[in-house]
Amino acid sequence: MSALAGLLALLLHLALMIAAAPVLTGLIRRAKARMTGRRGPPLLQPWRDLAKLLRKQPVVAAGTSWLLRAAPAAALSATLAACALVPSFALGMSTAGGSDLFALAGLLALSRASVVLAAMDTGTAFGGIGASRELAFAVFAEPALVLVIFSLALMAGTTNLDAIAGLVGSGALGLRVSMALALVALGAVAVAETGRIPVDNPATHLELTMVHEAMVLEYSGRHLAMIELAAALRLLLWLSLLAALFAPFGLATATGATVLWVPAMLVWLAKIAALGVVLAGFETLRAKMRVFRVPEFLGLALLLGLLAAIFLFVSQGFA
Amino acid sequence: MTLPILALLATLLLALGVVGALAGSRPAALGGAALCAIGAVTVLLYLIAGAAPAGLTLPLGLPGQSTALALDGVSGFFALLLLTAGTAASAVALEDHGPADTAPALPVFLGAMLFTLLAADAVSLVAGFELMSLASLILVLTNHRDAHVRAAGLLYYGMAALGGLCLIVALALLAGHGTGFAAMRKAPPDGFQAALVLGLVLIGAGSKAGLAPLHLWLPPAHAAAPSHVSALMSGAMTKVAVYVMIRVLFDLCGPAQPLWWGLPLLAMGLASAVIGALRANMETDIKAILACSTIENVGLVTIGLGLALAARAADLSALTALALGAALLHAMAHGLFKAMLFLGAGAIQHATGTRRMDRLGGLITPMPFTAFALLLGAACLAGLPPGAGFAGEWMLFQSVIAAVRIGGLGLQIIVCVLAAGLALAMALAAAAGLRLVGVALLGRPRSPEAAAAHEAGPPTRWAFLGLGGVVVLIGLVPGAVLSLAGPALRGLANADLGLRAGLLGVSPHDQGPGYAPLGLALLIVLAALLVLAVQRIWAVAGHRVGPAWDCGFGAAPAWQPHGDPRTQYGAASLAQPLRRVLATALLFATERVDMPPPGDTRPAAYSARLHDPAEVLLFAPLGHLRARLSGFADRVQFLTVRQTLSVIFAALVGFLGLIALLEQL
Repeated sequence: MSALAGLLALLLHLALMIAAAPVLTGLIRRAKARMTGRRGPPLLQPWRDLAKLLRKQPVVAAGTSWLLRAAPAAALSATLAACALVPSFALGMSTAGGSDLFALAGLLALSRASVVLAAMDTGTAFGGIGASRELAFAVFAEPALVLVIFSLALMAGTTNLDAIAGLVGSGALGLRVSMALALVALGAVAVAETGRIPVDNPATHLELTMVHEAMVLEYSGRHLAMIELAAALRLLLWLSLLAALFAPFGLATATGATVLWVPAMLVWLAKIAALGVVLAGFETLRAKMRVFRVPEFLGLALLLGLLAAIFLFVSQGFA
Repeated sequence: MTLPILALLATLLLALGVVGALAGSRPAALGGAALCAIGAVTVLLYLIAGAAPAGLTLPLGLPGQSTALALDGVSGFFALLLLTAGTAASAVALEDHGPADTAPALPVFLGAMLFTLLAADAVSLVAGFELMSLASLILVLTNHRDAHVRAAGLLYYGMAALGGLCLIVALALLAGHGTGFAAMRKAPPDGFQAALVLGLVLIGAGSKAGLAPLHLWLPPAHAAAPSHVSALMSGAMTKVAVYVMIRVLFDLCGPAQPLWWGLPLLAMGLASAVIGALRANMETDIKAILACSTIENVGLVTIGLGLALAARAADLSALTALALGAALLHAMAHGLFKAMLFLGAGAIQHATGTRRMDRLGGLITPMPFTAFALLLGAACLAGLPPGAGFAGEWMLFQSVIAAVRIGGLGLQIIVCVLAAGLALAMALAAAAGLRLVGVALLGRPRSPEAAAAHEAGPPTRWAFLGLGGVVVLIGLVPGAVLSLAGPALRGLANADLGLRAGLLGVSPHDQGPGYAPLGLALLIVLAALLVLAVQRIWAVAGHRVGPAWDCGFGAAPAWQPHGDPRTQYGAASLAQPLRRVLATALLFATERVDMPPPGDTRPAAYSARLHDPAEVLLFAPLGHLRARLSGFADRVQFLTVRQTLSVIFAALVGFLGLIALLEQL
């Protein structure tokens, strides 16, 4: 029975994630437009764009291989698999046992690797410039991410996301300085990993400033739809991850009463919407930074992650 | 029964060298492949059956001494790796197209490595190790008419000589009561002597394994050797050196060594990992990139060994088993996927006549099998789940996290830095892997040779299939490899992974969640099926082919069917952000942009150079010291008769004074 409930929760979670991801993108766009004094597109515009793209036959660049055509599906599949590991409204889904933070980072890297390789397969300068920068940003983001995981694992005794969220939610860990430092560090990593301002600009029209958009320039039709959906899911995944780790209140459990799932879903939606508006505000206030400033930005995240761990050593001793 | 079979196989492999010299390279390669395959199956059965330790004494060897051979879980595990990689490499040697003069050295190389693994006394170990160095040196010098190859051979020779010397002294220090391993175990070293043994083994075996700062020979030597030899050197020989480290430091030196023993291994491992991975992003020769990545992976394995040594000193047997298991699993995975990558690089070199990334590109279309093998290998190299590289790295991270419980604040901060450094190295390795396949296989061809490439022959394709299958299995079921490593862990750590490693996954605790590669793979496959189904139902089918949009740049002119290669990102440009940010600090990289002022018609020029820190900080000062010493020796050589006589007189008085002083004491 509990296995069935876990599976049901997982399927609901995935359906919710897929449905909400483009809406979140629409929400951020609209919020940013409002903050800059424009009206902005409707919330469902990203969904309409996806539907439109599916109706168009893709044009594939000449001289490219099967890899370019397979990459969008691969990136989307890996992102979907990663989404299955991050709890949204309920803990204890069927995937809870495998929801390891390192595995999650690995799945996101798998999705990134597909897009990077596809960008190199186009054989154009823009694909190359995007791939080069994306790889470099990943190199700087990874150590910060690992140090955050390291600190969380020291506090919770495990790298399992579901277990950590459960522990934080139960209040067993209390309020800690390390948690705050880890939150800021993970926030910076999330900004870099999702390609938002100030690291990358998802709405740019100037080629030389593009990172993610430069890699997917050659895509059209259903391929572009899959890439767009993967990017939207990635953003939602990171916001859900932040919510699950640092604000795990109002979560239901898959084995518990099914009635509680509905309010838990609403709480999750509220959390994501709030985070999305905060992100929109942040992006409105900040300008995109130069490419070679990004390592400094992520170096700061690394330093905060290191501080989080050292605070733990000093306060708890461990040995 | 397994040990006599393996001893016989080692002898036959050595004898095959003679046969090869008489009968040609083909029988040698064929015989080597057959013998290795038989050996691999035998060792696999031995490990599955529980790896009961066995010993064998041969009435051969130095006058008055016999040769002792032994087989246990540790040597069996490494023998399995060696023989599996050896089968594939020998098979590929069948279609080697280079000069055949050195081909008989290949079975000798394999036999020497197997003999090193089986040795149970100091003399045999050194003999096997040195024969392995010699045979590999001959193989490296296969294309000796090329000056680069000769230079690489000389560097390799120097490092091998240094390593061999240190290893002999280290074993001599241990062999106070006899040269047999059993006698050495009874009298483990302590104090100053133990520290000396540690240092000498780290230089002796570490130089062969490619540990920083003794890693300089790997990139040139691996690039110079024929590819099936590089595959063996990188996949198997570095692991034999790791085996020697494990055998001496964990086994012969006994369990009562202090906690700080792990620290030199951690420092050297981390330095190797970061520098190797960063250099892998900077090199432009495909085989040099793979060699640099070998430095990185040997660094990861060494970090696992260092953590295990520290944890064993702190009596944390569960952590010891976890860290050692991570090291063994990663050694096995790396040995096999790196062998596959080198074989793929060899296929590329044969098909295009070059190893330079700037002359490759677009090979995925003419070389589909090779491309697939390289993509799989690069995914493992990049540590992407559920590939073979990820499981070992995951366990390594879990050991690092658990290692904060070993010691005080100092060690905890070291562990913290270790975690960040490991993450940096792995992210750099991921970038290097993607850069390798992205530039060499994807995009447009950068030269006519690359445009006209052809697929590798059947033996290489079979080797890809075999190695690829094993690599995928290791990635999906790391627990199986760990259960093969079980006897080794029980022998060295007095604990095994028990419930922590199973068919479904690996976990840092006996109970509780962990890494479940099979589940992850299932999840990805289900997600892919969902994506394909949605695409099938709702999306418009098919696609049209048109020129690349490229932000409106025009199509290539008719006389350049693949466009201008310079408009495509290449090996150097792809690495530019990393070179500017990291390599300026870590690799002394410098960039020079020569931009002529307006009106000047000379072309602009750009050059980037980098120097390995080991070269700048260690070997260059050593070279200066040697030059100064030899200058001094020159002066002594040309003294006048009077000066010579006074020097001799002064020396005599000095020695007499020393003797008088020693008498007093």
